[in-house]
Amino acid sequence: MNVTVTVNGVERSAEVEPRLLLVHYLREVLGLTGTNVGCDTTSCGACTVHLDGDSVKSCTVLAVQADGSEVTTIEGMARDGVLHPMQQAFMENHGLQCGYCTPGMVMAATALITESEAAGRTLDDQAVRVGLEGNLCRCTGYQNIVASVLACAAGELGDGTGVQVRDGQGVPA
Amino acid sequence: MIPAPFAYDRVDSTDAALAALAEHGDDAKLLAGGHSLLPLMKLRLASPEVLVDVGRLSDLSYVRQDGDTIAIGALTRHRDLETSSELAEQVPILAHVAGQVGDPQVRHRGTIGGSVAHADPASDLPAVILALGGSFLVRSSERGDREIPATEFFTGFLESALEPDEMLIEIRVPAVPGAGWSFQKFNRRALDWAIVGVAAVSRNGSSGVGLVNMGSVPLLASGVTEALDQGGSIADAAEHAADGAEPQADMNATVEYRTHLAKVLVRRALEEASG
Amino acid sequence: MTATEPRTNESPAVTGTRLLRKEDPVLLTGEGRYTDDLQIPGALHMAVVRSPFAHARITSIDTAEAEASPGVVAVYTGADLADLWADQMPSAWPVTDDMVNPPHFPVTQDKARYVGDAVAVVLAESNVAARDAVDLVDVDYDPLPAVVDLEAALTDEVVIHEDAGTNKSYTWDLEIDEAAVTKAFDEAAHTVTGKFVQQRLLPMPMEPRAVACVPEPFGGGVTLYSATQIPHILKVMTAVTLGMSEADIRVVAPAVGGGFGSKLEVYAEELLCTALAHKLKRPVRWLEERSENAQATIHGRGQIQEIDLAADADGKVTGVRVRLLADMGAYLQLITPGIPLLGSFLYCGVYDVPAFSFTCTGVFTTMTPTDAYRGAGRPEATYAIERGMDLLAREVGVDPAEIRRRNYITTDQFPYTAVTGLEYDSGNHESGAEIALDLAGYDDLRAEQEQRRSEGGTKHLGIGMASYFEMCGLAPSRVLASLNYSAGGWESATVRMMPTGKVQVVSGATPHGQGHETSWSMIVADKLGVSPDDVEVLHSDTNISPHGLDTYGSRSLPVGGVAVALACDQVLDKAKQIAAHQMEASADDLEFSGGVFSVRGSPDKEMPMAAVAFEAFTAHDLPDDVEPNLTAQVTYDPPNFSWPFGTHVCVVEVDEETGAVEVRDYVAVDDCGTQINPMIVEGQVHGGIVQGLAQALFEEAVYDADGNLSAGSLAEYLVPAAPDVPTMRLGQSVTPSPTNSLGVKGVGEAGTIGAAPTVINAVVDALSHLGVTEMRMPASPLHIWEAIQAARGGDGDGLTAEQTTDTAGADRDAPSDSVQADQGGAS
Repeated sequence: MNVTVTVNGVERSAEVEPRLLLVHYLREVLGLTGTNVGCDTTSCGACTVHLDGDSVKSCTVLAVQADGSEVTTIEGMARDGVLHPMQQAFMENHGLQCGYCTPGMVMAATALITESEAAGRTLDDQAVRVGLEGNLCRCTGYQNIVASVLACAAGELGDGTGVQVRDGQGVPA
Repeated sequence: MIPAPFAYDRVDSTDAALAALAEHGDDAKLLAGGHSLLPLMKLRLASPEVLVDVGRLSDLSYVRQDGDTIAIGALTRHRDLETSSELAEQVPILAHVAGQVGDPQVRHRGTIGGSVAHADPASDLPAVILALGGSFLVRSSERGDREIPATEFFTGFLESALEPDEMLIEIRVPAVPGAGWSFQKFNRRALDWAIVGVAAVSRNGSSGVGLVNMGSVPLLASGVTEALDQGGSIADAAEHAADGAEPQADMNATVEYRTHLAKVLVRRALEEASG
Repeated sequence: MTATEPRTNESPAVTGTRLLRKEDPVLLTGEGRYTDDLQIPGALHMAVVRSPFAHARITSIDTAEAEASPGVVAVYTGADLADLWADQMPSAWPVTDDMVNPPHFPVTQDKARYVGDAVAVVLAESNVAARDAVDLVDVDYDPLPAVVDLEAALTDEVVIHEDAGTNKSYTWDLEIDEAAVTKAFDEAAHTVTGKFVQQRLLPMPMEPRAVACVPEPFGGGVTLYSATQIPHILKVMTAVTLGMSEADIRVVAPAVGGGFGSKLEVYAEELLCTALAHKLKRPVRWLEERSENAQATIHGRGQIQEIDLAADADGKVTGVRVRLLADMGAYLQLITPGIPLLGSFLYCGVYDVPAFSFTCTGVFTTMTPTDAYRGAGRPEATYAIERGMDLLAREVGVDPAEIRRRNYITTDQFPYTAVTGLEYDSGNHESGAEIALDLAGYDDLRAEQEQRRSEGGTKHLGIGMASYFEMCGLAPSRVLASLNYSAGGWESATVRMMPTGKVQVVSGATPHGQGHETSWSMIVADKLGVSPDDVEVLHSDTNISPHGLDTYGSRSLPVGGVAVALACDQVLDKAKQIAAHQMEASADDLEFSGGVFSVRGSPDKEMPMAAVAFEAFTAHDLPDDVEPNLTAQVTYDPPNFSWPFGTHVCVVEVDEETGAVEVRDYVAVDDCGTQINPMIVEGQVHGGIVQGLAQALFEEAVYDADGNLSAGSLAEYLVPAAPDVPTMRLGQSVTPSPTNSLGVKGVGEAGTIGAAPTVINAVVDALSHLGVTEMRMPASPLHIWEAIQAARGGDGDGLTAEQTTDTAGADRDAPSDSVQADQGGAS
C-alpha cells in the first residue's frame, strides 16, 4: 500500500508491503542509512527516530503505521552545515567510539531533554541514565554518553560556534 | 527481523474494528501500539493473517473520572498514563507503574489495552489493575458490551477472557486518592521484565496485592490479604505471598528463589504502602 | 597552490592533549557507512538455514519448495557447495603437533554440531524473499545427544567428530621446572586452591556482522566488504580457502561498529558470499540478525580453571600451578585453540613468583565455537590469580591489599624476567595500587565495613581489588613462532608528505571505534610539525594498505602507532637532507622544531617543512642520491610485548534478602604508558571496565542441557544499560614503556582484564562474614542468594544447601552441570 511520510521535513511517498518496518522504509526505500539496526527484540534502541516528536524504536513500527506522520532521523539533526547541540556535545565529551549506537542515542537523548523541559524536570546523572535505559552501547561504558547529554542539557558546549559538517544531509533525491 | 506477510486493515472507528474482527475471527489480530505483537512477528513467533490497526482510534485514548471510578481508554499510551495529572492524583500507582514499563521509546508507543490484552504474566500493569480491584470493558459487534473483573480476565499464559471477536475498550479502576501504595519491581537490568514484581494498594485498612511473573497469569496474592484481614502482621502476611502461585523457573530464577523474592517484595511493598 | 601553515616554534605538543576525534562528525550525522549501508545495485541477498539442534545427523534436505518461492535464485546445501572449497575453514593456531582440527566447512554436510550450524543457504533477489525461503527449506534431522558439559565431553561418551574419535583437541603444557613447583608446594606454609568457571560470553558488538562481495568487471576479481577487524588476514585466508589468487581479492572493512574480538575471524558467511559472487558473477550480500549473531558469531571465555597457590608463612607466593579445561565449541575457528595460551603467561599476575606450571586441555562441545573476546585469555588468567590472592589473604589472615603488597614485583626489579621467560618492560604496581586505594578511601571503607557488621543488618558492604598486568602489543613475531602461531606480529605504516605539505598516512591497523585516525594524526603532527587536521589516515582497504596485520590484542598503538612514528622519522631524515642541500648547510647542523628547519648558528636560514615537501615533489634541485618525494614505509616488529598494568577497586552493597548488588563506587588506575590522547584512553578504560563488570554481574551465554542457547538475543542476554552500571573514577599513573620510542603500551583490553575479579572480590568480601567464599559468575541475584543459602547450611526457606543446589540444577534452563563446579573452591 502507499505510504506517505514527511521525513526530515520532506514529504516522501512509496508503495510498500504492509510488513515493511519503518526502519527498513528509511534505510532501504529512502536510502537514509544513518538509522541502524542492532537487534531484533526491541532492546537496543540503535534504530531510535522521532515519530511525530516522540522517540520510538523504528524497528517496532510498521511503515504503514507511520503513514501521514512526521519522522526525524539522525540525518535531519544537523542544520545549515552545523551539528545539532546534542551531536556537538557527543563530540566534545567523547560520547561515541564505534558510532553504531550513536544515532539512536542522539535521538533518544534529544527527546529526553525535550520531555524533561516540558515537565519542568532537571536532569541529573541518574535521570539521564534512566532516560536512556532503552539504548545499549557496547563501547563507552555510558559514562561519556551521560556526560554528553548533561553538557547539552546545561548548554555547556565549546565556544558556541558548533562543528561545521557537510550540508545537505536530509533526504537524498 | 522480517515478519511473515499479512493483510493490513487500518480502521477509523471501533465499529469498523469490531466488524473486521467478526469477519476474520482467529486469523486477525488487533494492532495498537504493536509493542507486544510486532516483536513476536519479527521473530516469526506470531504470524497473523490479518492485522487490524486500531492505532488511530484517538477516541479510545483518555483518562476520565466517573464518580469513584477512573476510566482509561484502551488505546491510551503508557507515556500518557505516566504524565496524566488526573491519574497522578487519583491512582498514582498506575501512573508510576506506567512509567516503569519497558523504556521511554516503548512507552511512547505501547498502550495499556495492548499490555492487558496480551495477558503476559511478566507485564507490570495487569498486576496493578488486579491490586486495585479493576475491571475491563470489552465489546463485540454481535453481543455488545460486557464488563469483566480483572480477577476473571487472565485465563492462561498469554490468554484472556477476550473472545476472538471482542475488543478491549476501557480499563476501569477505583479512584484511590490518598491510598498507600507501593510497586516493587525486581529485575537485573532496568529495561527488562520483572523477575518478580509486587503491586500493593492499602486503603481503609485493607490491602490489595498483585503479583508480576509469579505464574502463568498475572495474579492476586489473596493469601496475603486474608492473613492481613485476620489481623496478621505484615511480616507474617508476606509469608503467604506465593500461596496458590505456581511460579516457573527460568534463567534468572528458580522456583524457590522466585517464591522467596515474592515474600521479601510483598513485605517491602506492604511496609511502604502502609508507611 | 597553498602550502600548509607550519606550526610555530611555540606550538605545544599535540600528543598528550584531549584532541577531539576526527572520526566523529561523520558518525554523528549518520553518514558513516557501515557494511549494510552500502548501496550495491543488483546484489543477491543471502540467508542461511541454521540447525535448530545442537547435535543431529542430517538425513535429508528438500530445497524444492524454497527454490520455487518468488524471488529465489538458488538454494544450496553443503554438498552443492563442496567443490567451491580448496581447503577447510582456517584455524591458524595449531598449538600442538597432534592437535585435532576436525573438518569445518561453511555449510555442514553430515551433521549439525551446534544450534546455528549452517545447513543450507538461500540466494534471492531481495532480503524479504531470502528470509521467506529459509522457512521453506525442509531439513530432516536425526537428533543426537548434546554435549554441553566440558568434563563430560572429555569422557568421549558422545563423540562430536566421529573421524577424530575423541572430543579432545589438544593438551598444551607450559612446563618450566616441575621439580621447583613440587618443592614449592611441599615446603609451603599455606596453600589455597580455587576452581573457577569462566562462563561463556557473547561479544555483542552493536553492529552485527555484515558481508557484501562484489565481482569486479572484466574478470577483475572480487571486492569483499565485511564488518571485520582483520581485512588483511581475511584476504589471505579467503584466497587460501577458496583457492583463488590473492591478487583477485580486495578486502574492505567499511565503518565497523565494534568488534571486541568477535570480528577477528574468518567466517563462513564471508567465504560463502565471496565464493558465490565469484561463481555467479553477481554481488552477494548478507546481513546477520541479532539472534543469529548470538548463535553464529564466536563466543568468548568458556573455561574451567583450577589454580593452586603455595606461599610461605608471611603469605609470599612461592609457587603457582594451573590446570585449564577450555571449551572450543563445535569447531576450531581462526585462533580458538590459542586463546588460553595467550593467558598462560599471566597466571602469576603482577607478583614475583619463582615457580609456575600450566596445563590446558581444549575440548569440543556442541556449542558455538569460542574465540577471542576482549582480553582473550588474559582476563581469565587475571581472574584466577586475583581471586586466588583473595583466597590466600583469607588463609594467611591479612588484608587483601596487604597480601598483594607483599608480593608485587617491585619497581626496581624492572625490566623483570618472569619465571615464564618473558620480560616485563616496566611497572609500578605498589604505587598504582596506592593511588587506587587512596582514591577509593580504602581504610575508611574497611572501618565502615567493620562498623556496619557490628551493627548487623541485611545490606552488606564489600570492597574488592585486583591488580593486573596485560600482555599486549601483539607481538614479537619470533615469540609467536615459538607458540606455533601461523602469522607474524608486525605492523606496517607508510607516511607520505604531499606537495602542499599535507600528510597521508597509510596504516595496516584496522580501527573499529578506537580513534586511530585521530591518534595517528597526533603522532604525525608532533613528528613532522604539521597540524593534525592536515593529516589524512587511510586504512582498512587492502588495495590502499596492502600490508597489515590489523587490530586486536591492544596492538594498534604499540605496534601500528609506533610504525607510524618510525616512518615519520624516516621522512624527517630525508627532509633534513633536502633542507640542508637547499640551505647549503650540513645536515648535522640542522634543527627541526615546530615544522621548520633552521641552521644552528645562522638564525636567518630557515625552511618550513612544506617548502621542503614542495622541493621534494618538483625534484628540481635535490641532493645526489636522493629520490623525489617524501615517503617512507616502515614495517615494525616489536622486540617485546608491552605490559600495561593497573589496580582497580570496587565497592558494592549486597542485599542479602534479594541477592541484588549495587555498585557504589568503582575506581581504576590503568597505566598504559605514555598517553597519546587521554580522552580516548579514558573512553577505552570506561568501556573495558563495563564489559568486565558485565561478565561479573550480568552476562552469560546460558545453554540448556539440550544445547539450546537460552540467552540468544539482547532481550535475554544481559548487556547492561546506562542505569545498570556505575560512574567510574579514574586515577592517573604513567610509566612509559622502554620497549618503543613512543613509550606507549596499549589500552584496549585493560579495563576488561581488571574489572571482573575486582567486582567478584567485592561481592565475596561483602558476604565473607556470612561464610561465603566463592561466587559463580555472573554474580546474579539468584547466584548470590544461593551462595548465601549454601553458606548458611541452607536455613533459607527451609531448604538444605544440597537441596537448593539440586533443585536449581533441575529446574532451571541454565546448564548447571556445565558450570556447577565453582562452589566452595577454597580449601
